[in-house]
Amino acid sequence: MHSIFVITKLTIREASRRKILWAALILGLLFLIIYGLGFHFARLDLEKSMQLRSGMNIVLMHEMYNFLLLAGLYTVNFMIIAMSALVSIDTLSGEITSGTIQSLVTKPLQRWQIVIGKWLGFCFILTLYLLFMVGGTMGVVYATSGYIAPHSIQGLALLWLNGMLFLSLSLWGGSFLSTLTNGVVAFGLFGVTFVGGWMEQIGSFLENPVAVNIGILSSLIFPCEAVWRRTVYLMQSPLVTRLGVSFFSSSSVPSRLMILYAVIYAGILLIGAVRRFNRRDL
Amino acid sequence: MDPSLAIETSGLSKHFSDNIAVVDLSLRVERGEIFGFLGPNGAGKTTAMKMLLGLISPTAGEGRVLGAPLGDLEARRRIGFLPEHFRFHEWLTAEEFLTLHANLYHMEQEYLSQRIPELLELVGLTAHAHRKLRTFSKGMLQRIGFAQALLNDPEVVFLDEPTSGLDPMGRRLVRDITRDLRAKGTTIFLNSHFLSEVEVTCDRVAFIKEGAIVHTATLDSLTNGELHVAVRARNLTPEARQGLTHWCRNLQVEGDQLTFQLDSEDQLPLVNRYLAEQGVDLYTVQPKFIALEDLFLKIIGEGESSDPREVSGNLET
Ligand SMILES: Nc1ncnc2c1ncn2[C@@H]1O[C@H](COP(=O)(O)OP(=O)(O)O)[C@@H](O)[C@H]1O
Ligand SMILES: [Mg+2]
Repeated sequence: MHSIFVITKLTIREASRRKILWAALILGLLFLIIYGLGFHFARLDLEKSMQLRSGMNIVLMHEMYNFLLLAGLYTVNFMIIAMSALVSIDTLSGEITSGTIQSLVTKPLQRWQIVIGKWLGFCFILTLYLLFMVGGTMGVVYATSGYIAPHSIQGLALLWLNGMLFLSLSLWGGSFLSTLTNGVVAFGLFGVTFVGGWMEQIGSFLENPVAVNIGILSSLIFPCEAVWRRTVYLMQSPLVTRLGVSFFSSSSVPSRLMILYAVIYAGILLIGAVRRFNRRDL
Repeated sequence: MDPSLAIETSGLSKHFSDNIAVVDLSLRVERGEIFGFLGPNGAGKTTAMKMLLGLISPTAGEGRVLGAPLGDLEARRRIGFLPEHFRFHEWLTAEEFLTLHANLYHMEQEYLSQRIPELLELVGLTAHAHRKLRTFSKGMLQRIGFAQALLNDPEVVFLDEPTSGLDPMGRRLVRDITRDLRAKGTTIFLNSHFLSEVEVTCDRVAFIKEGAIVHTATLDSLTNGELHVAVRARNLTPEARQGLTHWCRNLQVEGDQLTFQLDSEDQLPLVNRYLAEQGVDLYTVQPKFIALEDLFLKIIGEGESSDPREVSGNLET
């Protein structure tokens, strides 16, 4: 077996042994149940009120389904981001502090193989989690209403990209920061980009270029909010897109270039993690 | 550098941002030698060993292990390492732990399925093969750590305080295993702050204090009552100094203080006469039989001195 896959297997096994996987899946299931119930009752109410007024209006119903689906995915995006950062936040710094890394690194494998092996292991776990959560949310909506949002697969891929961004960020931080500092950095960056994203939205709504530019700057600092807004842009109903205003999105839509930027960003973080880990004393 | 040596370093140093852990370490460890690195806590033993293993990069100097640069991948196939404190992936069972490390050596499944039970047997953990390391006592962790360090039948084994904090059973295991390894011709580099541990296992010992080697001696020389001579002399010419090496070992010169070792007392008059003939002015000649214990206490029990050289200076008087 290749050294990288030995480490990948070890990473997956650790997540499962420490019951991280199971806790995430059980709570994810709980989320899906509550979301499903909420969706179900909201739909009943909506149907009732619409029948009272003007009879079934399928277009309007779809607007509402779309809104509820995006509301679900909004939360799922948070959960994926948190999960990606949390599962991997102490994997390098923790092993360095405890000293378990020493018996690994003195074996005949390269240090980069440890970093990449771990990345692949977490990538596998997070992909499963993502499929479960995003697939579950979309599945709940489809099962109760038969509604499928546009560009669902692309949306899934973008949410996955967000997970990988945070995974790479926390591996990068873990290669030279303590676990705690690393956590502060990851969530701090999330906060910056989150507030920046809202400023950009409000700014573009009020046509205030300074706010928009601050928003764009924050997307460049860390592009996770931009990736989310692109997801919404792709998945929202065509009507909302045409109107150009929604709760989740804004009239300033992150371009494809921004997605490319996010992919490169994640790649650079991972390369940075390898380089720093290569050089540091263990 | 000599590729036939197991370990060789020259001027190896490690300066951390706030302190100096290892100063100008120059070592030569022969193949098959059991080399003890003896010093108090904080002397720099772990840092030195980590540099040899490529875990820490030196701030100065260089070294070779099995003829390869420090941390070399190919050399790592042929070495074993038991880290200080025995910290391992505790959510693995003993057997899974050894399988993990065997996989990192890319061992064939067939070989591995025979080698792992063999090692578990050697360290007396066969009955605990399927228990998680989390439930292991410190002594059991030491033993599984040994098994891990010996998986690949290494040519050089690095042991960092293998008996620290352990009961007599643990100490005995180290003794038994090192005896077996010695018979196989394995080189051992042993960090310790216990004289007794080094005494029973090592061929040669280096005393380290505050990051510097203050003394190196073979165990034979120390236990056979070999002579340690301190001389105060002036006008020591380079020729005379060179000539002294004919009888003397570990010749060290600090100002007008000279120290060296002789194999027996009989050589002392010869040395005296030689020095006189060379025109060296002798003020005092102090012969001393230094037992290992004495030496240890002398070096380790020395008062707080910031300059490591001062320690060796004091030794000579
Ligand atoms: N990562 C580090 N950063 C700063 N100082 C260190 C570090 N590691 C060790 N030291 C210091 O270097 C000295 C030698 O430590 P160490 O090699 O662990 O000694 P020993 O193993 O002989 O007890 C000590 O003063 C210790 O505090
Ligand atoms: Mg130590």
